[in-house]
Amino acid sequence: MSIALLIEQLLNGLQLGVMLFLMAAGLTLIFGVMGLINLAHGSLYMVGAFACAAVAAATGSFWIGLVASLIASAAAGAITEIVVIRRLYDRDHLDQVLATFALILMFSEGMRWLFGSFPLYLDIPPLLQGAVPLPGVGQYQLYRLAIIGVGIVVAIGLYFLIARTRLGMRIRAGESDREMIGALGVDIRTLYTVVFALGAALAGLAGAMVGALQSVQVGMGEPVLILAFVVIVIGGIGSIKGALFGAILVGVVDTMGRFLLPKIFALVLPAAQAGLIGAALASMLIYIVMAFILAFRPSGLFAAQS
Amino acid sequence: MPPKPRLSRETVVNILLALMLLAFPLGASAMGETFYITLATRIVVLALAAVGLNIALGLGGLVSFGHAAFFGLGGYVAGILSTHAFNAEPLLFGIEGTTSMPVIWLVAVMICGIIALPIGAISLRTTGVYFIMITLAFAQMIYFFAVSWPAYGGEDGLSIYVRNEFPGVNTAQPLSFFLICYVLLMLALGLFWLLRGARFGAALEAGRQNATRLAAVGIAPFNIRLVAFVVSAMMTGIAGALFADLNKFVSPSMLSWHMSGELIVLIILGGKARLFGPVAGAMLYVLIEYALGGITEHWQFFLGLILLCVVLFARGGLLGLLAGKARHG
Amino acid sequence: MKKTIAAGIFGLTLATAGLANAEPVKIGVITTLSGGGAGLGTDMRDAFVLAMKQSGNKDVELVIEDDAQKPEIAVQIAEKMIQSDKVDLMTGIIWSNLAMAVVPNAVSQDIIYLSPNAGPSALAGAKCSPNYFNVAYQNDNFHEAMGQYANKDYKKTFILAPNYPAGKDSLTGFKRYYKGELAGEIYTQVGQTDYAAEIAQIRDSGADSVFFFLPGGMGIAFMKQYAQSGVNIPVMGPSFSFSQDILPAVGDAALGVKNSASWAKDLDNEANKAFVEAFQAEYNRLPSVYAAQSWDTANLILSAMAKASVKDKDAFRAALKAADFKSVRGDFSFNTNNHPIQNIYVREVIKEGDVLTNKIIGTAFEKHGDAYAEQCKM
Repeated sequence: MSIALLIEQLLNGLQLGVMLFLMAAGLTLIFGVMGLINLAHGSLYMVGAFACAAVAAATGSFWIGLVASLIASAAAGAITEIVVIRRLYDRDHLDQVLATFALILMFSEGMRWLFGSFPLYLDIPPLLQGAVPLPGVGQYQLYRLAIIGVGIVVAIGLYFLIARTRLGMRIRAGESDREMIGALGVDIRTLYTVVFALGAALAGLAGAMVGALQSVQVGMGEPVLILAFVVIVIGGIGSIKGALFGAILVGVVDTMGRFLLPKIFALVLPAAQAGLIGAALASMLIYIVMAFILAFRPSGLFAAQS
Repeated sequence: MPPKPRLSRETVVNILLALMLLAFPLGASAMGETFYITLATRIVVLALAAVGLNIALGLGGLVSFGHAAFFGLGGYVAGILSTHAFNAEPLLFGIEGTTSMPVIWLVAVMICGIIALPIGAISLRTTGVYFIMITLAFAQMIYFFAVSWPAYGGEDGLSIYVRNEFPGVNTAQPLSFFLICYVLLMLALGLFWLLRGARFGAALEAGRQNATRLAAVGIAPFNIRLVAFVVSAMMTGIAGALFADLNKFVSPSMLSWHMSGELIVLIILGGKARLFGPVAGAMLYVLIEYALGGITEHWQFFLGLILLCVVLFARGGLLGLLAGKARHG
Repeated sequence: MKKTIAAGIFGLTLATAGLANAEPVKIGVITTLSGGGAGLGTDMRDAFVLAMKQSGNKDVELVIEDDAQKPEIAVQIAEKMIQSDKVDLMTGIIWSNLAMAVVPNAVSQDIIYLSPNAGPSALAGAKCSPNYFNVAYQNDNFHEAMGQYANKDYKKTFILAPNYPAGKDSLTGFKRYYKGELAGEIYTQVGQTDYAAEIAQIRDSGADSVFFFLPGGMGIAFMKQYAQSGVNIPVMGPSFSFSQDILPAVGDAALGVKNSASWAKDLDNEANKAFVEAFQAEYNRLPSVYAAQSWDTANLILSAMAKASVKDKDAFRAALKAADFKSVRGDFSFNTNNHPIQNIYVREVIKEGDVLTNKIIGTAFEKHGDAYAEQCKM
């Protein structure tokens, strides 16, 4: 195993983490502001991917598809918020879990109804095709570098949005005292719709970008949803900084676990068996890490005030 | 809280539900419709699992999103023990497998208890969403372990070729098996009722409402909750063993987060913390699933829609509609 | 109540007595029609329904239900079909884990089950049954074929599959016939969607070829990421990731990839030409290998119905075992364990106009059985 391979795997972990961050940022924002657990966040990710694939297929342009995915997922988010989610803010987490679980069923089957049973095609735009040489690593896929770039831009953008803008001020106010900002005359209902749509758009963006790397199909949002929850719980729910940190931690741990664990077991076991046991442990690894972190930091690493 | 001397409306509804659940398969048996007995057994077993979860979730307010772990563990206990007995291969340390249901249940209870204890001890350090997610994380660990562990079928699961035995009863006969499950469900409901009425239940509910005050009177909420979590896991484990015997099959999908979600759905659908909430919920859920599956290919969409409507507009679930507001909790 | 509804939706109440000797045959079809794997089930169902319709046989009644790719639901539907609908035959299951949940119990109740896709090794070996007919393949077959074919060009192959029984069967099958060296052997996570870590290891391994078995969305993700990674080592695999149902989603990344299957749309025989034409005319898309296997399953049933009454189980089983039908795969017969003996071909992904599809470029095995038949005592 060369150093270059190790660096490449770290980069892969970083990239997976950034992808997770895009999902987790919206999720944690929605929880932080509205106190809502949204299991249907993965469905919005799926909506983004389907919208991008369908529009890209119709127009021939990934970029138009990307814009469409933002619009579609934000719209789906806003509509869902107005019709359903709005009624759940003053309920306990249990009702929220159930209602958004029901939404997953509806979104998944609804998408299949609209787009059929077969996976859709979505390709990386020509501009970002192929691999580029990277010092110390060798060839690295350009699109994955682009994802890392987008993740950084989104992280900085969110930072500015929350720290420097009027909307961000309201979001922060909403996080610390919900009743108060209502009393101060802020239109809370609109604020919540906007925040939810923003979170949905982030999920849709992630879905569209990841859709080009994976398969655009019904149910694609569920594995990533669980991972996103792991991320925000590790990071501390409601904290964007925590989501970023948690996402990168999960991405790197997962990637390095898949890569290194079979090799470690191979030192003492025959190759085929080492592969099996290593892979089994690797698939459990992030959950073990999460349980470990929560055992010592019950509110995650960067807990926002509760 | 002591039971009231006069029959309340909820008690009447409960008795009616219990009788309906019994009458349905008896009628089906008389008409030779074996499948409906199977369907009723499925309702009873899922209800049992949900009664277990209801101890933690309903009484203690501990929203465990990982109870599928115990459901699946119970199932695997049944599957593994009977497979070893069937193939006449000893388990570890020369212990034989078994096809006796009571032994299987006992082992399932023990295993679930042993595993729930550390999971509960770690998870209960957290609250709220963190608790929901950490229980999910533990269930996912066990799920991935089961998928990739080759000895007992991994993702393909494990078949139980002959349903396990109960002394003096022919379990292969659907109605007999139903009755075994039904009696267990009634016992579990009795236990739930006793727990709720006892000091333990009162402390648990008080802890849900105000943990600080409970601590102030010298009861450690953590210990009470841990006991509730473990008991809850044990009961769900027995249900898992029965579910495996019902399907004559156990697989990692019993451990999946969807299953955890479904168990929560059953409780909410029926009415949280209500004695017969899980029973009503399981009846409704299984019947909706069964009826919709025959009507449309898009049944999952409508299942979602119905669930959503129940949460939004029928707070308190089915029992809330039938029997009015809960007396407590 | 349920059965009339089920038949009604799919517009297929073909019952009412026809021929003198033939009793109406009720067939339960459990397949995946919702969720991420619905494409395979849809192809299976469409081909089956079309074959039955084309035959004009009025004695067939179908009960079709969706298993949502969940074993518990499949078990429940199977019980319903056996106990309530009183079906004579069952078929339709796509996935090995669902087959393992349903088949052992169904066949022990003397229901004949015909598998249109899954072929777990347990059911081919020690747990085989005279009531279980696999009309598709034993799970190892396509992988064995690829191993055999790889001997021709490659000396050092990197192999990967998901960490579950079908994945292990796959790599075992490949290794059974492959004589070269292994550059690496990886088990990936079930449902994994990001393969950057694995692709990096492939690049680093010095392999001259890659063999992978990643069905469904996993394979789509792997192929797309592999094509972009700048790794130029040739890839091969069983047809599951290059089947007509998902080729459009993989896109040009799949072009030129060699894959193994028992069928391709250009296979030169009359039955196949008729099948491909009929399927395309009816559904306006190309059939997949799942559709082909399902079409054969339907025709096998029809051939047995012409010979024996389904109520006479022994005669009907014998009639099925004779496999006296025109398979779209050419020569087809049953081994001692009721699993296929058939040719396995190597195909290459090509483009016909705008459409990605497969063309046969060689035969890996002629009249190939499976490795488990000896363990089957029946």
